[in-house]
Amino acid sequence: MPSDLLLEVVGLSSAYGPVQAIRQADLTVQVGELVAMVGGNGAGKTTLLHTLSGLHPASSGAIRFAGQDITHWQPHRIVAAGICQVPEGRQVFAPLSIADNLKLGAYCQRRDSDWVRQETEHVYALFPILAERRHQLAGSLSGGQQQMLAIGRALLGRPRLLLLDEPSMGLAPLLVEEIFRVIVELNSQGVAILLVEQNARAALAIAQRGYILETGRIIKTAPATDLLADDAVRRAYLGY
Amino acid sequence: MRLTGFYALALVAGLLPVLFPGNYFITVVGIAAGLNVILAVGLNLLIGYAGQISLGHAAFFGMGAYASAILTTRYAFPPLLALSAGLISAGLMAWGLARPILRLHGHYLAMATLGFGIIIHVIMVQATGWTGGPDGLTGIPLLVLFGWAVDSDQRWYFVIMATMLLAVWLALNLVDSRIGRALRAVRGSEFGARMMGIDTARAKTQVFVVSALFAAFAGSLFAHQQGFVSPDSFNLSISIDLVIMVVLGGMASTFGAAFGAIALTLLHEGLVVFEDYEMLIHGALLMAVMIFLPQGLFVGLSQGARRGWTLVCRRQ
Repeated sequence: MPSDLLLEVVGLSSAYGPVQAIRQADLTVQVGELVAMVGGNGAGKTTLLHTLSGLHPASSGAIRFAGQDITHWQPHRIVAAGICQVPEGRQVFAPLSIADNLKLGAYCQRRDSDWVRQETEHVYALFPILAERRHQLAGSLSGGQQQMLAIGRALLGRPRLLLLDEPSMGLAPLLVEEIFRVIVELNSQGVAILLVEQNARAALAIAQRGYILETGRIIKTAPATDLLADDAVRRAYLGY
Repeated sequence: MRLTGFYALALVAGLLPVLFPGNYFITVVGIAAGLNVILAVGLNLLIGYAGQISLGHAAFFGMGAYASAILTTRYAFPPLLALSAGLISAGLMAWGLARPILRLHGHYLAMATLGFGIIIHVIMVQATGWTGGPDGLTGIPLLVLFGWAVDSDQRWYFVIMATMLLAVWLALNLVDSRIGRALRAVRGSEFGARMMGIDTARAKTQVFVVSALFAAFAGSLFAHQQGFVSPDSFNLSISIDLVIMVVLGGMASTFGAAFGAIALTLLHEGLVVFEDYEMLIHGALLMAVMIFLPQGLFVGLSQGARRGWTLVCRRQ
């Protein structure tokens, strides 16, 4: 059903000077879908996300979001339109309190302060540790807690599409499980998610569909269960 | 709670002339310190909170001063109208300059603002027909506020202290607002701030304009208070002094900037007795502060005091 198309990327390329980082990528995310994008180090996963959110310019191709062509929009317009990002390495604002970090996430939502208050409570319910430490500096949190804050902060941007960049990076297995549980929960509440991961097994285990990105090219796309069963994918990304 | 420091500052400003009535030092140095506080608190919004350097801030101070001087002496503008014109021109200049200049980072931004400060200073010296050239402009009329002439050092002291408190109060509120949070985010990580949907170019422009307005306001008051302006009051070394006040007091703290401004004003006054050695001692003290209290005087000393206090408590 074409009306359920939330994000549509057609022939997208992106470069750093003469170096092509993304070549002719085609990609879709449906409303309410959880899509995984897996690939090794340097495959271009982060560049792809940055291009989607306007932080890195597209050199050619088109990005359509909810029926609008956002290819050349400024990042702040894209966030306001409903694409929010949980960046690689968390990138929380360390010298600011947890509460202030969350308020910054809601920067584009000032017109609806009731919603912001509700959603802040929702985030605190999702991650009780953040509520406990709300007046402490974000820099004092552990890696896993910073990841929770980064997700909470993105939720306050009222995402229709949530971009997650390597949320499992540098976390203990137990925490990875916790974070992935939350991702599934958010998706079941209706947020469409594009999950970029090196941890292919964990990502494909929760996703409905997957893309394999290799040196800037999308080389394969299929339902996640098919990818998990695919011999070539297993050898290259799942290690068995 | 947030305003405790503000009330303390107001109390000190109000009590000093009562405790030392008719003291020349309090009023005259207090006026200079108050003007410097307005300048430093405004510049701190840019340097301390938004993390953008300006080595040409004396230019905005000078634009406010010269606007008042030129418009009141040559065109017989009433002082408050001249002051408003100074604010508008400095604000417009900052706004026009911000977009191209604030794309730059670090050393490049420092160079660009430095160049801007030098250009404005050259104009003050060279545009003799308007500015009076190196000799400056004299005969700037008294500031009259709703029929109340500010004609004595005591009156000036109260006017400057009142505007200083207003400036501090505005800065405290700005920092705690949505825009203030956006600025702190920009300082933390400009990239991260853009990811939050903050239009960083716009946020930086806004803070640049606000800090220029603080400076122009101080400049107008300065022109009326002195009755005379000349380019020497707005040269590079003044710009650098302003940065020193912010850094000395402790960046990203409004009270730190105020403290730094007061400390540097007193230092200048106190070191006058050393004549030729003044600059030498001045420089040595600054180096010592940066080595031993790198977070600045205000933060460094208040942390030291807290540590001392807990030590005392533990002993008892």
